Amino acid sequence: MPDERLITYSAALNEALREEMARDSTVFLLGEEIGVWGGGGGVFGVTRGLAKEFGRERVRDTPISEEGIVAVAIGAAATGMRPVVELMYGDFLPLAMEPLVNQAAKLRYMFGGQARVPMVLRSNVGAGGGKAAQHSQSLETWIMHVPGLKLAMPSTPYDAKGLLKTAIRDDNPVVFLEHKLLYFTKEVVPTEDYTIPLGVASIRRPGKDITVVAMQAMLHKALAVATKLAEEGIELEVIDPRTLVPLDIDTIVESVRRTNRLVICHEAVERAGWAGEIAMQVIERAFDFLDAPIVRVCGKNVPMPYSASLENVVIPTEEDLISAIRQLIATWC
Amino acid sequence: MVNKNDSARTRNNQLKGHEPTLLVEMLRRMMLIRAFDSQLPILSTQGLIRGSSHACIGQEATAVGACFALQPSDYVTSTHRGHGHTIAKGGNVRFMMAELLGRADGCCRGKGGSMHIADFSIGMLGANGIVGGGIGIATGAALSSAIRGSKQVALCFFGEGAINQGILLECGNMAALWKLPMVLLCENNQFSMSTRPDDVTSIQDLPRRASGLGIPGLKVDGTDVLAVFNAVSDAVERARNGGGPFFIEAVCYRFEGHFLADDLKYRSKDELAAWHLKDPIPNWRDRLVKSGILTEQDAIRIARETEDAVNHAVEFAKQSPLPNPATAWEDLYA
Repeated sequence: MPDERLITYSAALNEALREEMARDSTVFLLGEEIGVWGGGGGVFGVTRGLAKEFGRERVRDTPISEEGIVAVAIGAAATGMRPVVELMYGDFLPLAMEPLVNQAAKLRYMFGGQARVPMVLRSNVGAGGGKAAQHSQSLETWIMHVPGLKLAMPSTPYDAKGLLKTAIRDDNPVVFLEHKLLYFTKEVVPTEDYTIPLGVASIRRPGKDITVVAMQAMLHKALAVATKLAEEGIELEVIDPRTLVPLDIDTIVESVRRTNRLVICHEAVERAGWAGEIAMQVIERAFDFLDAPIVRVCGKNVPMPYSASLENVVIPTEEDLISAIRQLIATWC
Repeated sequence: MVNKNDSARTRNNQLKGHEPTLLVEMLRRMMLIRAFDSQLPILSTQGLIRGSSHACIGQEATAVGACFALQPSDYVTSTHRGHGHTIAKGGNVRFMMAELLGRADGCCRGKGGSMHIADFSIGMLGANGIVGGGIGIATGAALSSAIRGSKQVALCFFGEGAINQGILLECGNMAALWKLPMVLLCENNQFSMSTRPDDVTSIQDLPRRASGLGIPGLKVDGTDVLAVFNAVSDAVERARNGGGPFFIEAVCYRFEGHFLADDLKYRSKDELAAWHLKDPIPNWRDRLVKSGILTEQDAIRIARETEDAVNHAVEFAKQSPLPNPATAWEDLYA
């Protein structure tokens, strides 16, 4: 088909950036190694070719100054621009938490609506590649905890493009966390302009027995598990929230009212992770519909170790998910 | 390249040659700031101001000298001691006072208070509760101006206490690297809270910090409004014409405590008395009177007018209703 082709998540993000830069002259990119590295931009290739196309003023390689880069983007956003910042790894977010949390999230509110901060902070989460403790974290819950920020986490190339375009057009600071293991996954993505609204979950697979909420790499594991368990007659309903702020809790609650069981799976460490927040919201709104305790299948409460044999026990696996579901069924069904 | 030695010479440090109305307006604006901040202990005692308020009494010449060197469309970012900067940039004292009292008519609808006073309509991008927090925002505003080609300059006020924040190195480097239209105005009021520059900073000649980033700078008498105006005017002109950022250390003194409840045990009365001899307002008034630009009567009248303006602002603020509780859920997202 002429208007659709199989492209990677990274290429889909690249298209979103290219299209939005062409559409709006106030959109510009800031980040470390986004202009030249790897034959044209970005360690994961997301900004590839953009510096050549739009110039190095609009695709600006920055010094290694994460706090400064984010702070500068906020100032530019508050004065008429739409910056899109790339932080090479999500583990560098802590270096930028001051401007992100104290400035970007609060300027509009504490100034009584005078400010508008239309910026996107792109970064990533996820382990699985042996990058160890300081290049593997999934820190999305830190972001989710801060009123004033939005948080998108695309799971597929199609969503990556549609959500990024929406994030860039949004008049608020949007943290956009990609997943390292998904950059080179492929999907059919339209060439035409399309957007995906923030705050609309996707039911990736309908099912009547158990609701499973997962995103990104864990979503793909959940879908694989759903296929396997379907052979045994267990039908999982797999929901991808797509954005954690705003969170489409309605879709999750509506699903739980049908399946009466909920499993939440994320790669971020379990303690105080977003699974707990979703579980609580479901309890508040659908307690009477739950036939079993809500189950979390999440990252272990340790830093990400390097060796594959260690990493494998810290990140939830398909087997972890299957065994949690089997135990749920054995105990409660 | 302007350097430490020749910058001050490029401007007329004498009154002659400057527009008399501008010189008188500098006095009026400094008096307005002092009248405004002089209300803080009264309003606090009356229970009308909550939380922390930071007075800039003694530092008025820095605020006015710097902001009078800017165009209305230029940007300013401020510190947690930001009332003076806002008034100097053209802020409306009625809406500012209503904000301090947490009222619905406050410039931030009662959501910011003293530490987050802001008025985007005059390019005042906010006071900031984080020391050094305005530095990044000003650098971003300067980058925005450079990309848009708007010729706006961003002036960033920060205290000498912010000189050791990492953001200054990060953003100062970017500003210098990209030749951004920016003025870094370091108000050295001698105190972080109680700690002095020689307690916490490895060098005492602060422009040297900027020099290491490739940003030229100079030290100026921050109690002399004309000296500040001249230095900042040079820096602004340079920045607007593509010369990049410039650093100014304005040496002044915080006459009051860090905040209202400060018992000031860390400094002597003699020290304060010595700095009172350099009080920017009476010195400037006397200079204008001696030179014949202003009569004693005019000076008294201006002082009264500024006090009246602040009294009216207080009345306006007291009359303004408290915000409707439902507005706590507004202004979070655009």
